[in-house]
Amino acid sequence: MIKEYKSARGLEGPLMIVEGVEGIKYGELTDVELQDGSIRRGQVLETSEKRALVQLFESSQGISTDLATVRFLGRGMTTSLTREMLGRIFNGVGDPIDESGEIIPEKHMDINGSPINPYSRNFPSEFIQTGVSAIDGLLTLVRGQKLPIFSGSGLPHAQLAAQIARQSKTLGKAEEFAVVFAAMGITFEEANFFIDDLRKTGAIERSILYINLANDPVIERIAIPRVALTAAEYLAFELDMHVLVILTDMTNYCEALREISAARKEVPGRRGYPGYMYTDLSMLYERAGRIKGKSGSITQFPILTMPEDDKTHPIPDLTGYITEGQVFLGRDIHRKGILPPINVLPSLSRLMQKGIGEGKTREDHADVANQLFAAYAKGVESRELAVVLGEAALTPIDRIYVKFAEQFEQKFINQGFEENRSIDETLNIGWKLLNILPRTELKRIRNEYIDKYLGEKN
Amino acid sequence: MAGKIIKVSGPLVVARSLENPMMYEVVKVGEIGLFGEIIGINGDEASIQVYEQTEGVGPGEPVVNTGNQLSVELGPGLIKQIYDGIQRPLDVISNKYGDFIARGISEPPISYDKKWYFTATAKPGEKLQGGQRLGYVEETEIVRHWVMVPPNLSGELLDISSGTYTVKDTIGTLKDSFDEKHILRLAHKWPVRQGRPFKRKINPTIPLITGQRVLDTFFPLAKGGSACIPGPFGSGKTVVQHQLAKWADAEIIVYVGCGERGNEMTDVLIEFPELKDPKSGRPLMERTILIANTSNMPVAAREASVFTGITLAEYYRDMGYNVALMADSTSRWAEAMREISGRLEEMPGEEGYPAYLASRISEFYERAGLVIPFGSDEEASLSVIGAVSPPGGDLSDPVVQATLREVRVFWGLDAKLAYARHFPAINWLSSYSLYSDLMNNFYNNEVSELWLKNRQAALRILQEESELEEIVRLVGIDALSPKDRLTLEIARSIKEDFLHQNAFHEVDTYTSLKKQFLMLESILLFFTLAMEAIAADVPLDLILEQEVREEIARMKYHPEEEIDKIKAVQDSIRTAFDEIKTRRASA
Repeated sequence: MIKEYKSARGLEGPLMIVEGVEGIKYGELTDVELQDGSIRRGQVLETSEKRALVQLFESSQGISTDLATVRFLGRGMTTSLTREMLGRIFNGVGDPIDESGEIIPEKHMDINGSPINPYSRNFPSEFIQTGVSAIDGLLTLVRGQKLPIFSGSGLPHAQLAAQIARQSKTLGKAEEFAVVFAAMGITFEEANFFIDDLRKTGAIERSILYINLANDPVIERIAIPRVALTAAEYLAFELDMHVLVILTDMTNYCEALREISAARKEVPGRRGYPGYMYTDLSMLYERAGRIKGKSGSITQFPILTMPEDDKTHPIPDLTGYITEGQVFLGRDIHRKGILPPINVLPSLSRLMQKGIGEGKTREDHADVANQLFAAYAKGVESRELAVVLGEAALTPIDRIYVKFAEQFEQKFINQGFEENRSIDETLNIGWKLLNILPRTELKRIRNEYIDKYLGEKN
Repeated sequence: MAGKIIKVSGPLVVARSLENPMMYEVVKVGEIGLFGEIIGINGDEASIQVYEQTEGVGPGEPVVNTGNQLSVELGPGLIKQIYDGIQRPLDVISNKYGDFIARGISEPPISYDKKWYFTATAKPGEKLQGGQRLGYVEETEIVRHWVMVPPNLSGELLDISSGTYTVKDTIGTLKDSFDEKHILRLAHKWPVRQGRPFKRKINPTIPLITGQRVLDTFFPLAKGGSACIPGPFGSGKTVVQHQLAKWADAEIIVYVGCGERGNEMTDVLIEFPELKDPKSGRPLMERTILIANTSNMPVAAREASVFTGITLAEYYRDMGYNVALMADSTSRWAEAMREISGRLEEMPGEEGYPAYLASRISEFYERAGLVIPFGSDEEASLSVIGAVSPPGGDLSDPVVQATLREVRVFWGLDAKLAYARHFPAINWLSSYSLYSDLMNNFYNNEVSELWLKNRQAALRILQEESELEEIVRLVGIDALSPKDRLTLEIARSIKEDFLHQNAFHEVDTYTSLKKQFLMLESILLFFTLAMEAIAADVPLDLILEQEVREEIARMKYHPEEEIDKIKAVQDSIRTAFDEIKTRRASA
């Protein structure tokens, strides 16, 4: 039921107070018609007996409280969905912005979705080969996982995400696959880079793009990941596709959240971000996963740039607590010219153990990954020691570890954005590197694997 | 007469003219009947926190009170279940309503149709107190479910009989001191925010054996104790919690996933039925109850979930069991309190948390303990292990600080160890356990009199290592004497060969106390003999080249049945040093 009022009383930033209303529901969608007939979208944020607080999805510029007409639409925010959306480009509220005209929706869904019942979830355990050694070997990605890239300004996270979108596949099977891309407040150039890359490889036909550029309304950024994830859920759980969702840049999303929160005069939490940011982010990230009895899946790749490369900043911090691991890009390693500049030590994939091993990747995978991590950590530690005390102060074994760390970065991590390595290649490079170390140091690997693989490669 | 909603703001709803509203009373909100709880009363208005999303609810809609406080239903059928934060069975909801959780659903937490065979042990005419046993039901192969007189009742048992019943059937009647008759059933309700009574509390003296070397040997938790695991993300809190849920020698495990990932709960649901309890040989799921209120589920129910969990745990404790509760993560629970408090426009305390944060946290942990329940004379325990996720891993966080004041065991996770994939990433210098000495008798009788002595020796070596590391960082390793360099090597061996434990390795995942003792003893034996050798001017390099060191490194992979192989390692160590001695004597 649509209700119309001309009683807007206050405006502050994107918030509008409407007086004298009746029977307005929480979360209801609102249209504000301006004097010139144009329409701005909004949503009810708080409702009481005579008063509703409306949050506009666009700027409030040019709205006059005396002249505006506010229409409460009697329903929550939904988005139109159809298979035909693949290959198309939309704005933050789900309206097409390319030149192919309107879409004819098959279905409307609430953009907030509902939480997946944990009992209905299927545990993600299907290995995805990304062709990137550092990820496949040490931070294995599985279908239905949410694995963010923690980056910084100036680091090539876009290239890495594009490489993953391009190369990802599961071993031995051809299945329907789609990319949902949501850009939040990024620059025109960065958005264009993704579109071009998808176009170049033909993947654009299998993609839905939602674009909110840096100069588009801030408030749209709150809606855009929800709209994108609703589309992803539709593709995955109704059309049985395997969907890769790239959300970039989550930092802009969180800033938008802070902006709204400040406008609502809420008690701020850490660094001015609202106290409910954890819950808010989890409502996005937890929409990744698999469901029992459905063949589709949603794998999420959120990208965020850490302000000042600080991982204790609330955005990466809260994200890390929700997502199933993280891929860190490192500035130091980037300066050395290693591409992709993945800093593997603080990186992690929590679902790795379930996606590797015999029948999935290779029997020795877990042990090798474990040993590579331990050895590289030791090598880095010794290298730091050498910086302080000079090379001469190191024990012979420490020097071997330093050499290992150098080789590991050059041979294992460094591969550029074009090379696509199979998991076998990745593991074999790992064994070759482990050959640098004396056998007694390989404490994390079972003897039988050492005999089988180390011998072969000698 | 129903009340009326006058305001909706996210999970907070204000209603007017409710009939005799009571603090913490459960209400049904709106046309669709969302589950809510009264958390404030002001004149004619009541503030309600709603446990479900409130989209589409508005002023004018009805609010109905139920007259009950937020309660859980306690009876046979709890084990193996997965519940949300307010004890709604997620499996039933999934089968009935689909893969996504809809709103306004209410389903009985335990099946009302399932029939149980009840064996009465109490006799008519007996005078019974609340908490005393009436009889039992075999709930699973390993759990005998004692049916007790509800804690708030007592009197003379008029009649009781064995037979097959549902939880709603009458199994007997009890006459209280006012001559009022009460019907007894297999199940009863209990409000979650109120601890269940017991006869008395005693000091814990027996360790909760977890099979995790760093915990059992260095920082043990007592049965009935409380522990906290704080750590930054990715440091392995959840893996430690899962390991405890798998291997801790408690008879009942309650695992509360509070505001964490959905997939983690799925992992437990898939894995536990497959894993066997080392003691009983039955699937672990047969002793486990799961509470899953994942991060994207309504925040108010998250606040309730830890209380729901601990009430279920207390119920099994009252039957005489050793129960362990894992809460992952209490920070999310505290954040839920903060969120609700913010909506209530309460005056914030530290970091925006409500001023009553510390008292809520201690209320929760204080429900742990070793007690004598009313139902038996034997001890029963409830151990609580809470994970804390401080922002940025910063231990000055108010939740960590409030928790540390309450718990007696601290397992500090260290990001640096996690980066080097040293798991469990529990820092051996900052962690502590105040139970270690209290449990001396147990170790003397059950394992060895040297247990605590060895523990001390190992911790001292690690402490010395950290001091020596400082020196090395300043002047390099060459400046150290052979003795000090040996200490560094042994510390490394303790870390890599003993403390490092692979949760995903079929043998390494669990180590018995006996094996733990032998492993550490072997390393210390090597240390003692090597020190003697150095004193006899044997070059350090010769000692470090000994092949027996590789045998030490492989000790952890010997299965429990082949524990003799570890004793054999000790023989090899002695032989190796004897050889060094004879060779040098002959040279």
